Amino acid sequence: MEKWYLMTAVVLIGLTVRWTVSLNSYSGAGKPPMFGDYEAQRHWQEITFNLPIKQWYFNSSDNNLQYWGLDYPPLTAYHSLLCAYVAEFINPDWIALHTSRGYESQAHKLFMRTTVLIADLLIYIPAVVLYCCCLKEISIKKRIAKVLCILLYPGLILIDYGHFQNIYNSVSLGFALWGVLGVCYDWDLLGSLAFCLAINYKQMELYHSLPFFCFLLGKCFKKGLKGKGFVLLIKLVCTVVAAFLLCWLPFFTEREQTLQVLRRLFPVDRGLFEDKVANVWCSFSVFLKIKDILPHHIQIIISFCFTFLSLLPACIKLTLHPSPKGFKFTLVSCALSFFLFSFQVHEKSILLVSLPVCLVLSEIPFMSTWFLLVSTFSMLPLLLKDELLMPSVVTMMAFFIACATSFSIFEKTSEEELQLKSFSISVRKYFPCFTFLPRIILHLFLFSVITMVLLTLMTVTLDPPQRLPDLFSVLVCFVSCLNFLFFWVYFNIIIMWDSKNGRNPKKIN
Amino acid sequence: MRMKLVGVGGATAMAALRVATGAGNWFSALALGVTLLKCLLIPTYHSTDFEVHRNWLAITHSLPISQWYYEATSEWTLDYPPFFAWFEYALSHVAKYFDQEMLNVHNLNYSSSRTLLFQRFSVIFTDALFVYAVYECCKCIEGKKAGKELTEKPKFILSALLLWNFGLLIVDHIHFQYNGFLSGLMLLSIARLFQKRHMEGAFLFAVLLHFKHIYLYVAPAYGIYLLRSYCFTANKPDGSIRWNSFSFVRLISLGLIVFLVSALSLGPFLALNQLPQVFSRLFPFKRGLCHAYWAPNFWALYSALDKVLSVIGLELKLLDPNKVPKASMTSGLVQQFQHTVLPSVTPLATLICTLIAILPSIFCLWFKPQGPRGFLRCLILCALSSFMFGWHVHEKAILLAVLPMSLLSVGKAGDASIFLILTTTGHYSLFPLLFTAPELPIKILLMLLFTIYSISSLKTLFRKEKPLFNWMETFYLLGLGPLEVFCEFVFPFTSWKLKYPFIPLLLTSVYCAVGITYAWFKLYVSALSDPPVGKTKKQ
Repeated sequence: MEKWYLMTAVVLIGLTVRWTVSLNSYSGAGKPPMFGDYEAQRHWQEITFNLPIKQWYFNSSDNNLQYWGLDYPPLTAYHSLLCAYVAEFINPDWIALHTSRGYESQAHKLFMRTTVLIADLLIYIPAVVLYCCCLKEISIKKRIAKVLCILLYPGLILIDYGHFQNIYNSVSLGFALWGVLGVCYDWDLLGSLAFCLAINYKQMELYHSLPFFCFLLGKCFKKGLKGKGFVLLIKLVCTVVAAFLLCWLPFFTEREQTLQVLRRLFPVDRGLFEDKVANVWCSFSVFLKIKDILPHHIQIIISFCFTFLSLLPACIKLTLHPSPKGFKFTLVSCALSFFLFSFQVHEKSILLVSLPVCLVLSEIPFMSTWFLLVSTFSMLPLLLKDELLMPSVVTMMAFFIACATSFSIFEKTSEEELQLKSFSISVRKYFPCFTFLPRIILHLFLFSVITMVLLTLMTVTLDPPQRLPDLFSVLVCFVSCLNFLFFWVYFNIIIMWDSKNGRNPKKIN
Repeated sequence: MRMKLVGVGGATAMAALRVATGAGNWFSALALGVTLLKCLLIPTYHSTDFEVHRNWLAITHSLPISQWYYEATSEWTLDYPPFFAWFEYALSHVAKYFDQEMLNVHNLNYSSSRTLLFQRFSVIFTDALFVYAVYECCKCIEGKKAGKELTEKPKFILSALLLWNFGLLIVDHIHFQYNGFLSGLMLLSIARLFQKRHMEGAFLFAVLLHFKHIYLYVAPAYGIYLLRSYCFTANKPDGSIRWNSFSFVRLISLGLIVFLVSALSLGPFLALNQLPQVFSRLFPFKRGLCHAYWAPNFWALYSALDKVLSVIGLELKLLDPNKVPKASMTSGLVQQFQHTVLPSVTPLATLICTLIAILPSIFCLWFKPQGPRGFLRCLILCALSSFMFGWHVHEKAILLAVLPMSLLSVGKAGDASIFLILTTTGHYSLFPLLFTAPELPIKILLMLLFTIYSISSLKTLFRKEKPLFNWMETFYLLGLGPLEVFCEFVFPFTSWKLKYPFIPLLLTSVYCAVGITYAWFKLYVSALSDPPVGKTKKQ
């Protein structure tokens, strides 16, 4: 590739930004007794290194599950163990059992930040670069620009390098991206293997699992279930089962072990939502306190029904017409459905939606940029708590500038470029005057950006009234949630009206 | 603090929106991008220069003018010319809204988060002048005509090389100094000379001199160029001087500008009868030949040779061990230093060496005028020569040559190759400035970013001509990698660390000195051997 040096420069910029953000503070810095996600990660290293594998997920005198008990799948635990070995080599105090609780020092921070950077460098960044290099339909310059934009996506940087997420997002998202890469370019087995690793690293990756399942199933159907398709299906099943078996091997020895891990992974006895999260349940609890009115099991059933119904159309569509493009959009809409309607969602889970949106950045630059900005904004209360205001504002602006200049997003707001052509045409059959959609969307964008800026300014400068201490964070969630609902509708429209594009793509081009 | 932050954020956001609406405006994108990067560098390590500038803020804010150059509560006394003091005075009136405490002279080593924010932002904001200067330079530099692709246009490459300059980024925004806007002034005055607005150029340079007197090093280039190409209005057909075309009006107006600027700057101190005190602060010859860390120049080579000779002498018992001074030069404070074998160097000797080194380029400018480009070359040679032979040179002074050299680099392949050697070694020699662990990845990443970009983009620009480096130069530049690995990753784990702590610094400065000397020499050769402008035009 002739422009390799620009690609290198872009990756280096991404890395520099990541490292500079990591110089800031992290969650729970100097806040005993519980500290924060940073301490959780360190604690897991301590647990996995000092205890035998059978005790990792069990409550004991050495492993108080109330204090950041391990609640992620085995791969996370293995990763912690690996980091622990390095930590032990550098300074055994960092992971000494019991005594290292709440350990904080400049050197340790450096170590933890480095583990994130290395994981990122090994898994996420190569996946991004490879994904963009494989895109045949856009020019080399656009590919490089896309790598820049994806690598500058502030949400992921701020959570992984600023907040210090209690699980390395870049690893799970990186594996998922390898999965997407594999599945899109017909290396189905590799793709499904990578995706299994992703699920086994972080159970939240289940948000992405349905599109993967539907897409692969659709592929099998397409090849004919009696011939090649069946062979492929068998191969896929074998790969997935083998991958899971391998990851879970130490825990399959006893039934109780497996069940305990599962119980830790899916804590259904926790509430419908925690903290302030921009999903439907939290945002509308302002008007209706569902959490308090309905009994626990009904909450679960309701959220399950809503989630299932909201993602059903897109999934059926994908199974019937599997295409890489449809697959990416379905990833977005499914993850968004999970985020909006499912049970026990964290505000950081929005990153699972952001990843597939990053992938369609060159297809719908305007909408993706908008979405990615909103997604970062939705985590504002969290970021403010960690004193990450400065890096948040700066990286968001950098991301916006990168997108605006490399994709000139404001010139791409016609119906075609928003991928709404076929939708508008079919609406126009009933309402011939339906031509104002792009203008509305542009105005909505301006409105949304202005509310985001104003809310940020208010949160930062004003003190909330005493009766409503959470006023601003609730407002942030509510505004973001409205945005997300709009995006959910938008993405579903794209998916459902996509078939006409699929049949005669030349007409659109 | 939050209010201010938001204010700053708001201003940048407005600028960002402007970029977005005028999509495709690559220059603003480059400038804004680097500005945001600078904002991200705010929490990084800062050196004692941070305290120096805080102290100057306090001095200028709380004391009358008559005390500015006498105040000595802090060891970091005011040793920049008056305009810089006035600049600090102006800043201090903004600073008082951030944190009144930093303006107290007796608050030594005071640092609060607001102080940090203010000082960092003051550098970032004054860099606006630098950005403007780069914009002006890009307008007047005609580089090599190249492909239609944006990233292959000389203007794009030049602005990336200047705006994203590694040296400026780490010296100003990590180490902490105000080189950005000073370099901006210099680039702007160069741009004005290119645009034939000589009076403006002269004015800007005179102002610059009264901001920071290190620019005296390049003053000969300005003086001779203005005299030769502005005061003499015409040349003979063969390019030699036509004496009767001398314009007294121009000379007098130039003199008047310089005089007025100097009067404005030094006048108050003259009136207070403090000029000798001011000058004693500005030119402290009591400091040593080399800075605590040797700048990679001729004297570094000289001192290294001396060290090697003394070691050999001790081994062969040619020297008396009792007479060899124990203090090693790179460890410890700035101090007078005696060479052991070679004759010791006095300030006068360095001054003479510098003058001798500068002279040929001055002659060249006088007898072979090549228009603004020739001037630029002479200016770089002056800067480099004084860097090579000056007294108590800081490693940061290499920026004085690197930045103007960027302007030349996009014009000719030969200049590009010199530029790349000079910049890469010069920038590498800045590495010891940042010695803290969290900044290690930043300096390596930024250095890689700048080096890879500069080498590859200039190679692409000149791809149709002969390769930019011969095998020796390639080998030398690649050697910087292992050197860095040895100094930062291997050496600290060896047993030599306690016995010879100065080895990494010594290796770095000697290795870089070789490259910079080579670049200096090559640039001199190209300046002396180039045909005058009249002939090149005919070709």
